[in-house]
Amino acid sequence: MIRVVLPAHLRTLAQVNGDVELQVEGPVTQRSVLDALEARYPMLHGTIRDHVTQQRRPFLRYFACGEDLSHEPPDAPLPDAVASGVEPLFIIGAIAGG
Amino acid sequence: MSRVRVLVGTRKGAFILTSDGKRGRWDVSGPHFSGWEIYHLKGSPADPNRVYASQTSGWFGQIIQRSDDGGRTWHQPGTPPGEPTTAPDGTPKGESNKFVYDTSPETGKPLTTHQWYDGTQHAWEFKRVWHLEPSLSDPGTVYAGVEDAALFRSTDGGKTWQELAGLRGHGTGPQWQPGAGGMCLHTILIDPSDPRRMYIAISAAGAFRTDDGGKTWRPINRGLKSQYIPNPEAEVGHCVHRIAMNPSRPKVLFMQKHWDVMRSDNAGESWQEVSGNLPTDFGFPIDVHAHEPETIYVVPIKSDSEHFPPDGKLRVYRSRTGGNEWEALTKGLPQRDCFVNVLRDAMAVDRLDPCGVYFGTTGGQVYVSADAGDSWAPIVRDLPAVLSVEVQTLP
Repeated sequence: MIRVVLPAHLRTLAQVNGDVELQVEGPVTQRSVLDALEARYPMLHGTIRDHVTQQRRPFLRYFACGEDLSHEPPDAPLPDAVASGVEPLFIIGAIAGG
Repeated sequence: MSRVRVLVGTRKGAFILTSDGKRGRWDVSGPHFSGWEIYHLKGSPADPNRVYASQTSGWFGQIIQRSDDGGRTWHQPGTPPGEPTTAPDGTPKGESNKFVYDTSPETGKPLTTHQWYDGTQHAWEFKRVWHLEPSLSDPGTVYAGVEDAALFRSTDGGKTWQELAGLRGHGTGPQWQPGAGGMCLHTILIDPSDPRRMYIAISAAGAFRTDDGGKTWRPINRGLKSQYIPNPEAEVGHCVHRIAMNPSRPKVLFMQKHWDVMRSDNAGESWQEVSGNLPTDFGFPIDVHAHEPETIYVVPIKSDSEHFPPDGKLRVYRSRTGGNEWEALTKGLPQRDCFVNVLRDAMAVDRLDPCGVYFGTTGGQVYVSADAGDSWAPIVRDLPAVLSVEVQTLP
């Protein structure tokens, strides 16, 4: 099981409390995790990645195991600790704005 | 006894204010969508319990919300949680927040760029929905005016959206350019006598009209003069802030432009200035009395750059003569040290008699006049900055 921690506003949209647990088939990458997330919570389509370009929205970041993975290629494997469910993938909203 | 429901969009959520027909005692519900910018909410004239809302965020983009019980509960009109995102045949289900510009050769190809601030051409990029305009007759049909300027339509209650690309592609698009607030399509008026006719307005491009249900469009800006553009009487490029219409006379339009208050008596074919004795003819909203089609309201604002009321006095101006002759309405409004703004979608009128007039400020006040503007009272004083105000008159 992959664990994903969403920002509070996205938890509200997805109507979940706490971490999200996802079953991911095949390699565990940013793309495969986000695909699984959006398949289970379709209301999150477009809120993390742009609908058309599939690019990460500018004010969001991906963190795991104390590392900023935001600029890693979307098909690069995520750390083993994330793939095994020991550590979550954090989707973080930038601390910005008013 | 009739009731009113006021739908307020703010920088940090939506609020719903309800009262009986006296409009003296109010119940306040909210914030809905706490922490999100709510650019606009509007109810369906065909089913007042159906309300659409534009929920946006610099972090998470655009969301469309819908209520089918008058704003008590809300949902995104796409696929519910836990359900597959594709239909059994593999085609994607609806995605209520997906606004994708039409780039098909048949409709989208004529135009892919608009003018940028530096005069170069810039690709269209979707940013947010500024205005939602439900159909007058079908609660499942709703139009969305978006930034970068384009018009979208949903015919399935907001589940999916298709661009009416004839507007963006009709030919003048490369001359459109963003105003300070972005290049937004902020006004959508549907002619109640002919639903194939619609008017829209864009900052900074101008006003446009369709007579065939949105397939083809043309600019309707003859008579507008904007000294701040290279050709003050250009076909497009005018910063129109708002257009209003009384449903009983759909060919008569009133416009608040960046500067100048204008009117048209021929469905926008030509415009005449009616600023008259206003202390400043800059402002954002404009609206028309529900039962007196020659009675109009504006809120003069000092500009450029200040964007607050002249002399710190918050005054609505009313003309009972369709413009040119204006009177200041001050009773109940702050007449000293007031430096708020009133944004373009933040004024509305109800259908009661006497007509109620409402507006919201960037200081978080929502004011009501239950006597057509003669006197005013705050419904709420301390909301986040108000972006939009709409009112529903209910049985």
